[in-house]
Amino acid sequence: MMSNSEIEARKTVLQIKDLRKSFGDNHVLNGFNMELYQGENLVIMGKSGSGKSVMIKCLVGLLEADSGTIRVMDKDITKLDQSAMDILRADIGFLFQGSALYDSMTVRENLEFPLRRHSKKFGDEMNTEQMVHEALENVGLLNAIDLMPSELSGGMKRRIALARTLILRPKIILYDEPTSGLDPITAKEIILLMQEIQNKYNTSSLIITHDVDCARAISDRMILLIDGVDYAVGTFDQLASDNDPKIKAFFKH
Amino acid sequence: MSGLNEIKSRLTNFFIETGEIAYFTKRFFTEMFRRPFEMKEFFRQCYQMGNRSLLLVGITGFIIGLVLTLQTRPTLMEFGAESWMPSMVGISIVREVGPIITALVCAGRIGSSIGAELGSMRVTEQIDAMEVSGTNPFKYLVVTRVLAVTLMLPLLVLFGDAIALFGSYLVENIKGDVSFMLYFNKVFDALEFGDIIPATIKSFFFGLAIGIVGCFKGFNCKKGTEGVGKAANTAVVLTSLLLFIIDFIAVFVTDIFYDL
Repeated sequence: MMSNSEIEARKTVLQIKDLRKSFGDNHVLNGFNMELYQGENLVIMGKSGSGKSVMIKCLVGLLEADSGTIRVMDKDITKLDQSAMDILRADIGFLFQGSALYDSMTVRENLEFPLRRHSKKFGDEMNTEQMVHEALENVGLLNAIDLMPSELSGGMKRRIALARTLILRPKIILYDEPTSGLDPITAKEIILLMQEIQNKYNTSSLIITHDVDCARAISDRMILLIDGVDYAVGTFDQLASDNDPKIKAFFKH
Repeated sequence: MSGLNEIKSRLTNFFIETGEIAYFTKRFFTEMFRRPFEMKEFFRQCYQMGNRSLLLVGITGFIIGLVLTLQTRPTLMEFGAESWMPSMVGISIVREVGPIITALVCAGRIGSSIGAELGSMRVTEQIDAMEVSGTNPFKYLVVTRVLAVTLMLPLLVLFGDAIALFGSYLVENIKGDVSFMLYFNKVFDALEFGDIIPATIKSFFFGLAIGIVGCFKGFNCKKGTEGVGKAANTAVVLTSLLLFIIDFIAVFVTDIFYDL
């Protein structure tokens, strides 16, 4: 694990400033700020309904923020047109909470789908078959290549979804509750897999979770999202030993 | 007062939804002409919607042809006009019964399946996953499906008409000893382009309505699995209602052209 100063000396790959988002009278994000550095695992923790998923969806353009700036690899995504955003998306992987595999396609087709969209990124070097095999080998599920998503267990679905995320060789991976709904053993396997991937490809990871064990295992740094703002920032140990009752509530089990 | 408020709220929701469907339709026509064209998915949808509806449309058409002839025959016989049967059945099937029955059957089969499929994709975040991977889900899912059903429905109507006429011929052959050649000669003698062309044009609009409403309900599905069921159900109900409205307008417009 890296120290705070080591991390902050690195290049910023993702920056959010004063992000605000409301749904009617429900103010979900009230000026959220964060920075993600190259090669870092940043965990964002918050209670259910605290706006974690809203924040991550604003980050990839699935939701439009009311105000604030979001810079991904020096590009302000709030000012990008659709085609520029689509190109940028090849560098941002997103692992959905429910895996979100296309259930009318086989595992192979699920992995080929994003590749076809972004063939320009790889140019003449692209070998679809080889890339699909490599991505599935990374998650240890090459034997599931011709199965349908309905034939997979929850843990397998999560791994395949991770393989689909990895296939575009993203520079940043966003994980939305990567261990939710999984048993503790499978959750641990997913965490190990995330660490392996981070070491192998030197990706920067933003992990949204309310699972303290997951945060402890994987985080270089953590942000606590409370009342729509970045309430506290620090390493797991720093935050776990904090005396603020709002922060303590996260670590008390 | 609460009754009035209820009516006001329902009317407001009705106008909001009408506006949203109009915007969705406008977006469909805009996106349809933009690259990239999802040809593979379009042909897959044509196969799913066209080929896989053949049996249902065929059986329905056959029964409609049989029933229409069996029900009409005694009345025509009373007036000694049973020789008019092929022309009468032919015109009613081609002009009205064939298109509307086929469209209603397809609203049930295709409209509900589009609503449920897209609704389920929406609540399981598959549509979001598609967008995040750099694919325009509207183009990939909506444009391909609406185009496929719009193009397949007139073909299904023609197929349904043919089977219905064959069903009618069987009754005539069994009950009245009418030959195949005689029956169909009489049918085609009675039919004009003025019967076939308006029916085909309105079938395109029926297909468009089935596709747009099914996709709209599925694409904007909310509230988890309950929402998926609701999307499929309301897609069928709203489409069926729209089909009759389109049919009325089509008949009205055709009538104006006949008068000219």
